Amino acid sequence: MSESLRLVQRRVALIERRRSSAIPQAQSFVTSGHLAIDQVLGGGLMLGRMHEVLADRDNAGSVSGFAALLARLVGGETLWLTEEAAWRQAGALHPAGLAAIGIDPARLIIGVLPDAAAVLRAAVDGLRCPALGSVMIALMGDPRALDLTASRRLALAAETHGVTAILLRLGGQVAPNAAQTRWRVAAAPSAPMAADVPGHPAWDIELMRQRGRPDGGRWRAEWNREQGRICDWGEAGGTALSGAVVPVPVDRPAAARSPLRQAG
Amino acid sequence: MTLADARARVPELAVADADPAADRHWLERIADACDRFTPLVEAEPPDGLVLDMSGCLHLFDGEAGLIVAVEASMQRWASELRLAMAATPEGARALARFQSVPARDEAAALRRLPVAALELDAEAERSLRRAGLKRLGDLADRPSAPLAARFGSALIDRLDRVLGRSDSRITPRRALPALMLERRFAEPIATADIAMTVIGDLSGEAATILEERRRGGRRFVARLYRSDGHVIDLSVESGLPLRDPARIQRLFEERVGALADPIDPGFGFDMIRLAVPHDEPLAAAQLALEGGEAREEVVAALIDRLSTRVGRHRVRRFMPRDSHLPEQASLALPAIELTSPAAWPEPQAGEPPLRPIHLFDPPQPVEVPDGPPQRFRWRRTLHEVARTEGPERIGAQWWRRVPDDPGLTRDYYRVEDVRGRRFWLFRHGLYGDERADPRWYVHGLFA
Repeated sequence: MSESLRLVQRRVALIERRRSSAIPQAQSFVTSGHLAIDQVLGGGLMLGRMHEVLADRDNAGSVSGFAALLARLVGGETLWLTEEAAWRQAGALHPAGLAAIGIDPARLIIGVLPDAAAVLRAAVDGLRCPALGSVMIALMGDPRALDLTASRRLALAAETHGVTAILLRLGGQVAPNAAQTRWRVAAAPSAPMAADVPGHPAWDIELMRQRGRPDGGRWRAEWNREQGRICDWGEAGGTALSGAVVPVPVDRPAAARSPLRQAG
Repeated sequence: MTLADARARVPELAVADADPAADRHWLERIADACDRFTPLVEAEPPDGLVLDMSGCLHLFDGEAGLIVAVEASMQRWASELRLAMAATPEGARALARFQSVPARDEAAALRRLPVAALELDAEAERSLRRAGLKRLGDLADRPSAPLAARFGSALIDRLDRVLGRSDSRITPRRALPALMLERRFAEPIATADIAMTVIGDLSGEAATILEERRRGGRRFVARLYRSDGHVIDLSVESGLPLRDPARIQRLFEERVGALADPIDPGFGFDMIRLAVPHDEPLAAAQLALEGGEAREEVVAALIDRLSTRVGRHRVRRFMPRDSHLPEQASLALPAIELTSPAAWPEPQAGEPPLRPIHLFDPPQPVEVPDGPPQRFRWRRTLHEVARTEGPERIGAQWWRRVPDDPGLTRDYYRVEDVRGRRFWLFRHGLYGDERADPRWYVHGLFA
């Protein structure tokens, strides 16, 4: 089949999907697993849109974890774009750590670009590649290149091609932009495990704004690695103590990913 | 003659310091310009070049046309040019450097060369002359065994090569590419845009040839030869073998867009060459069942484009490595090289994450009193520790230890402060055994 014919087919499919998007289809959002959050979101996090996550600079590790887990829930390959200054200041992503929270590092493509303008340009290119699952844009502060026009371009590219964009801003100020949802995330003390050691990743999540739906809501949640979902604070550790779980050897090859849970 | 003598004879003499590096650079640039005649060029410092014209003479109307073209293009580089053609590289070199009388053909000219053309050491040359052998013709007429016994077999080898009895190959500066396409223009092209269009046409031709061979290329090199001798090189690469002309053209456009200065045509380009250095097997296009392109190809195209624009080292993928040191447990390699995903170890069920998701390079020093830390100061903030887990001991690589520089053991602690931020601290060196005053560092941040 020639390339132009394939392109036309894809375009027609997108137009048809957009026209009937008044009814949310099964594939157009992904559940986070946390019942209250999913309820406020109207089912789950919308795919093919831009979502913004804000945090303070000293919460770098926690918010990266949160954003990475959102990307993991969305599924597919992730293009992680960041500025060189941010990479050096907040530390480079460590794939062993990503594997430790249940993300497969082989699904990540990292782009460390000289400045914010290059990051945004590469992000638009990434969003135009429908084979990707999500594009993570990690910026520090308030770069001048990120204005309303730029964010609208990102949102439009995300919507046209069905790739989810996650805009991660460390130390950024709230500014109007074209994001579908805006979150503020901070680190929270984890639910202690046996012998009072730090446990699974935990956050204080606040949904600041949601397009088209009522916003608001604060939750303290943590990541349940075994079930692959965000759960209420204190629930993740509970599964570890129940039953006689056979310990898994550390060097077992990566198993197949569990399929996305779909609602509706 | 010393400089003072020379100055005394010619008072207005212009003097400059010898700069062998600059001379070498100048020779390399001439060699680049000679690339338009043949891809097989060897530089012979300080002032010579050898061009292997086998198979290229028909492009220049024979030897006479080639000589005219070379003289025209070398005018810009050197005021004095001596060129010669022969069947072997050594013969051509000898003729160019040592011929002083005209001869009726190549064989006669070679026989008339003095024995200095063999470039032997002074001792051997003197003995040859004392023996009455002044020209190569004299040597050629003698039987070779006594000559070899007296002067060594190197003399006979060299003589055979110069006279054309045995052949040798030059060592070209660049290896011959797998596929090379050229366009020459009688009227030089004045703008860079038209040059890019020509590159697009050449990509189309290359695609046809590669398709017949069922191969594709991972690197494409375009060379634009300006009429004043300057050469512009554009090179693009891709992760998977490629022959689609539209994609190649797009990669070249990205490369041109990423150049620091725009392409300067000068007086125009009179030749454009597209080369594929290596080709690799590439089957006919695979189509996915639902009619779209295969996912890997689309992602590979995106990686190619981004790598061409910002540099291949900026777009990376992770590869696991077998090392117990955390900073060496993984590598970030250019994504354009890695096409197959690697398998990472799964975490143990029920365990919290034992490795941080951010790692600092180098680890950042903190101040902390000894023992499992109760509070520490990092980046001018005091963190009160609420919970700790540790120590996890990671020893130095004792098998690589230099005898007088023992590596230090690290004791890692997973630490959470009262506000919920989780850090990976380590003490560098065992207290008392390895260091009297071990230092603490934060190596990473957990989610």
